Amino acid sequence: MTDAAALAPAATARAAPPRVPVLDVAGLSVQFRTRSGTVHALDEVSLQVHRGECLGVVGESGSGKSVTAYAVMRLLDPAARITAGRITFGGMDILAASEREMADLRGRELSMIFQNPRAALNPIRQVGMQIADVLVRHGGVTRAEAPARAAALLAEVGIPDPVRRAKAYPFELSGGMCQRVGIALALACRPALLIADEPTTGLDVTTQAVIMDLVLGLARARGMATVLITHDLGLASEYCDRTAVMHAGHVVEAAPAADLFAAPRHPYTAKLIAATPQPGRALSDLAAIPGGLPDLRRGDLPACRFLDRCERAEPGCAVPPLPRHLSEDGRMVACRHPL
Amino acid sequence: MLAVMARRMAAALPTLAGVVVVTFLLARALPGDPAAYFAGPAATREAVEQIRAALGLDRPLHEQFLLYLRDLARGDLGVSITTGQPVLHDILARLPASAELTLLGLLFAATVGITLGVLAALKPNGWLDNACRVVATLGVCLPAFFTGLLLIYVFYYLLGWAPAPLGRLDAFSSPPPYVTGFFLVDSLLAGDAETFVSAAQQIALPAIALGIFAVAPIARITRGSMLAVMGSDFIRAARAHGLSRRKVVVAYALRNALLPVVTTLGMVFSFLLGANVLVEKVFAWPGIGSYAVEALLVSDYAPVQGFVMTMGFLYVLLNLAIDLLYRVIDPRVEVAA
Repeated sequence: MTDAAALAPAATARAAPPRVPVLDVAGLSVQFRTRSGTVHALDEVSLQVHRGECLGVVGESGSGKSVTAYAVMRLLDPAARITAGRITFGGMDILAASEREMADLRGRELSMIFQNPRAALNPIRQVGMQIADVLVRHGGVTRAEAPARAAALLAEVGIPDPVRRAKAYPFELSGGMCQRVGIALALACRPALLIADEPTTGLDVTTQAVIMDLVLGLARARGMATVLITHDLGLASEYCDRTAVMHAGHVVEAAPAADLFAAPRHPYTAKLIAATPQPGRALSDLAAIPGGLPDLRRGDLPACRFLDRCERAEPGCAVPPLPRHLSEDGRMVACRHPL
Repeated sequence: MLAVMARRMAAALPTLAGVVVVTFLLARALPGDPAAYFAGPAATREAVEQIRAALGLDRPLHEQFLLYLRDLARGDLGVSITTGQPVLHDILARLPASAELTLLGLLFAATVGITLGVLAALKPNGWLDNACRVVATLGVCLPAFFTGLLLIYVFYYLLGWAPAPLGRLDAFSSPPPYVTGFFLVDSLLAGDAETFVSAAQQIALPAIALGIFAVAPIARITRGSMLAVMGSDFIRAARAHGLSRRKVVVAYALRNALLPVVTTLGMVFSFLLGANVLVEKVFAWPGIGSYAVEALLVSDYAPVQGFVMTMGFLYVLLNLAIDLLYRVIDPRVEVAA
């Protein structure tokens, strides 16, 4: 693969057969070295996202969703070490790319929206300037043209009076507005892949729906691949084509979103659905999932990291390897005793 | 902005009143009898008493204070017994020398300190970080007058790179036409390269001696602040948007990290004003610090009073400037104020 082709994943995706994923994460393992031991944060995580598709990555806090996202962006903490696996983006080997190649890729082909929209913006720089910075860096836009382009982008994400708002500082905008700015920043250069890391967590419920519709509307309109990271299974089932459920650094189940929600196969997915509020069911029917995530610093982690919380667990579940059953209907479940 | 400045000026008034009271009391609390010094060793008792009355020193303290206020209002800071000149005149003539030295020292300290701090923060616990720690510690340990003597010993006596530490210009140059009173600036304005070089050579060592002492706090604050900012969400986001490292470090991280540094600069400047007094003495610098020291040694009240008051005013002005600078850097301050 030549560099030119590697840097143009959108073009590659168009030329190649339709089922070549834009992003292919295969067997990714990540460890963090900390003072209190090595944290086995990700263990053989595999995910694929295709062009125009939205993949939901669902799991509770600490399950490794964000670590996966940062690994794809190559923005992991210096304490992190990728011990195994491959990340291929538009045919390019992300883990082998130079820092310079990554910087060229980020924001142009590979973008990200963050959890806390206000904290993700430079507090002492006008938001229009921040968008202009990205446009000038990647878009071949001159400093003189940038303000007008930035205002146009703000209009595109539904910010009223964009020319005036471009001169605002993040503290002068509401959380929802800040997230719109975040979206404008991420989409400024029409990336091939957008990673949205809990984009609505800090926002109120009405704003949440608006922001989700905006992100996924723009993604669909541009044929982007989207990864939606969320702890909210309901949100994922509503907006995503496929959903991957993560637990303690494993992808325990991946399936088309509707199938997953209708007939979960992994016990954790089933419990997660039972813990998700749904229309027509009383809140008192919600079942909390007993226990917590295992301590990922343990040297003797069992093959299945859910077994302490699982009623179907047997002694055999602890013995490696963790089975990953693939079925013809495009579903994967990592369980010895699936439902 | 003007309204803000006016408000800040008004807020500074009580501080200035405090400075006025303290300078008055301070001068009265100093040991020594100015009347006796002024009259000279051969004077008779009557002569000394006469001078004491002439200076108003025989009156009760509160009366002296009122007289002092009246004189201040007229811009009269008294007459130096040593030089025979009005103190205001002496101070105005010598202030530019001190200001030029202190500002250059601060500039040196800020440049070196911020650079070291940023480099140290980009590679925490790297060799540069450790080297920076050692230099910073040494800088704090050594008093400025000692650093000054050391610099003179090495660069003038041993290496001969620096000119003799005898004031603002070498013997062959004459001061440039007065515009700002800063020789470096005035010589450039006059297009006089020779005088500029001479002034620069003369000021280099004292400014460095003064600045070295301030490098440490600036470097440490910059490093800490920079480390905190580099770990924040918006820096990760800026990297996720592919901004160049230079842009991320300078335009995004450093500008945010400078906020606490600017605050420190104010504090450091007040250290420098203090250290100035001794450095001026070491380098025979004709500033207000050496003026005050000479006056102090002979119980000449008025120049000491004038000096302390000038320092007080400078400090208030400086804090005002830092406030305004802070506003320029951080748009959020306007709202909080």
